[in-house]
Amino acid sequence: MNEFFVQNTEAIQKILSAYPAGNKRPAVMPLLYLAQRTNGFIQKKTLDEIAEILEITPTEVASIVGFYTLYHDEPGGRYHLQVCTDLPCALRGADRFLQDLCDNLGIKVGETTADGLITIEEVKCLAGCHHAPLFQVQGDGDISYHEDQTVDAAMQLIAELKKKAAEREGTNA
Amino acid sequence: MSAYILYRHRDIPNLNQLDVYQKNGGFEAIKKAIKTMSPAAVLNEVKDSGLRGRGGAGFPTGMKWSFLPGNLWPHYVVANADESEPGTFKDREILESNPFQFLEGLMLAAYAVQANDAYIYLRGEFWQIARRLDTCIEELYAEGLLGDKLFGTKYSLRLHTHLGAGAYICGEETALLESIEGHLGQPRLRPPFPATFGLFGKPTVINNVETLTNLPPIIEKGAAWFKTLGTEKSPGVKIFSLSGCVNKPGNYELPLGTTFRELIFTHGGGIPDGRTIKAIMSAGASSVIVPADDRALDTPMDYESTQANLNAPLGSASVIILDDSVNMAWLVNKTVHFFRHESCGKCTPCREGTYWMSHLTRRIAAGEAAPDDIDLLNIVARQMQGKCLCALGEFSTMAVTSGIEKFRADFEKLVNH
Repeated sequence: MNEFFVQNTEAIQKILSAYPAGNKRPAVMPLLYLAQRTNGFIQKKTLDEIAEILEITPTEVASIVGFYTLYHDEPGGRYHLQVCTDLPCALRGADRFLQDLCDNLGIKVGETTADGLITIEEVKCLAGCHHAPLFQVQGDGDISYHEDQTVDAAMQLIAELKKKAAEREGTNA
Repeated sequence: MSAYILYRHRDIPNLNQLDVYQKNGGFEAIKKAIKTMSPAAVLNEVKDSGLRGRGGAGFPTGMKWSFLPGNLWPHYVVANADESEPGTFKDREILESNPFQFLEGLMLAAYAVQANDAYIYLRGEFWQIARRLDTCIEELYAEGLLGDKLFGTKYSLRLHTHLGAGAYICGEETALLESIEGHLGQPRLRPPFPATFGLFGKPTVINNVETLTNLPPIIEKGAAWFKTLGTEKSPGVKIFSLSGCVNKPGNYELPLGTTFRELIFTHGGGIPDGRTIKAIMSAGASSVIVPADDRALDTPMDYESTQANLNAPLGSASVIILDDSVNMAWLVNKTVHFFRHESCGKCTPCREGTYWMSHLTRRIAAGEAAPDDIDLLNIVARQMQGKCLCALGEFSTMAVTSGIEKFRADFEKLVNH
C-alpha cells in the first residue's frame, strides 16, 4: 500500500471501522482532514493515495476537496484567520472589524502576509453571533474560536501566532 | 437541581464531566429505558410528550421515529450538529457544556428505534467540540454505558462522530446523509424519505441536538410533566438565540409561547443606543422580515402562533433584531450573498436564482441600480419560490420578497438618488 497508508495505518483503520464493513467511501472526509493536519494542505500525491486506499477515483476525491470550503489544496498562509461577516455579525460591526484588521496588516481580504504566516479570509456564519466580532483560526491541524474581538486583541493574537511559528521553526532546525 | 432543562450547566458547575453528570441524575433515563421499558414504550412516551423537532421544521419527534419500517434493518440514528444558520448558536452551548445529556438523548433515540450505530454529524468548524465528544464517548465505553450488551441486555450501541467541512447545506438532512457517505453535500430527491431509505440506504432517523437533549428528562419525568411546560400544541422549553441590535444577545431557555416582547425587552435588555426596534427575523437568515409592531411583539413564540399571526415560521428560533438604523436593502444583500455562497448547485432555480439575485441586491445596496431593478429582484425571487429541490433555495427568497413588500422605501431610497 502507499506511503500515506503506511505512515497512518492505525489512524486510517480506526476511521474505516466507524463505517459499515466493505464501505470505504465514507472515510474520505476524515482522511482528507488527516492529510491536511499533517501537511497543512492536501497535496496532489496524498489525494491520489486516498483515492487508492478508498478504491475510488482521484477525481471523486478532488470533487470533495472542491465542494467543502474547509479543505485547502494550496499552501496559503500557515494560519487562516477567518472572520464571519454574516448578518448578525455585521449588525455588530464585523465588516468594519475585518476592514480595520486588514488595514493594520497592510493586506486585502483573501491575501497572505509577506512572511507567509497569516491569511485573512471572510467566512460564513460560525455559530457565535452573540459574541461578534469573531473569527476562527485554522492552522497547525487545529481550529480555534476567538470571540468578542477588537483589532488590538486580534493583532496581539497574530503576534503570538508568529512567535509560536518562529519557535517551532527553531526547534525543527 | 437546576431551573434549566437543557442548559443545566448554567446552574451545575462542571456538568461536562462524566462523574458530575452522573451525580446529578445522569444516565438514569437510559438505564430506566433499557432495563425496564420496551423500545415501543420509549417511542410512545416521546410521542405522548408532544416533543417537536427543534432544528427548524417542528415535526413531532415520536411520529418521525414511528415511520421506520420494522422489516428493514439495520436502522440508524443521526444527530444533526451542523448548526450553521446565521443567527443560530444554541446547539454549540449544549455540545460544549452539557454534552452527556445530549449523548444520553442520542442513546435513547437509538434504543427506541433499535439502532446499534448512531452518528453525530458536526460542522467542520466544531473541530474541538468533536474531539471532546470523542473523549466523552471513550469514557462511556470505559464505564460500560456504551458498547455490547448494555446493562445485561442483548442491546448494543456504538456512537461515532463525523465532521463536515464547511457547507451550510449539510444541515439539510438528506445532504447531511450524502456527506456522511462521502459524497458532495447535495440534497436527495424525495421520496424515498430517510425513514425508509436513509444512511447507507437504510431506515434512518435524523434529529437535531436540542431535540435529543430533551429526551432524558422526558423519559425520567414522563410525558405528562413535559406537557406542563410551553403551550398545548408546542409543549416544552425552547432555546432562543437572540442576536443583532439588542443589548444582551445570547441564548435564552424559555417556555415555548413566550412573547417576542418578553424575549427582547425583559431578557435581552432592549435596543441599544436609545434606538427603536424596526423589524424581527424569527428564524435566522432564512426568515421573512417582520415589522416589529405591537402585534408582532405580543405574538407568542410557538410553532402555531408565529405562523398564524406573522406568516413566519418559528424555525430554529434564531431571533435577529433590527433597529431603525438598518436599511432592509442592505440586509437583503447580506442574506442573499450568504445563500448564493451556500447553494449546492444541484438544482437550477437555486443555483441560478441566488446568483442573479446577488447581482441585483449588490447593485441596489451599492446605489448603482436602475429603478426597475427592485421589481426585477422581486420577480426573480418569486420565480424561484416553490421550484427549488430543498428548503435552502426557498429560504433564500424569504427576506427578499418580504423585505420589498414591507420595506420598499428602504430599497427606493438607495435606487432613487
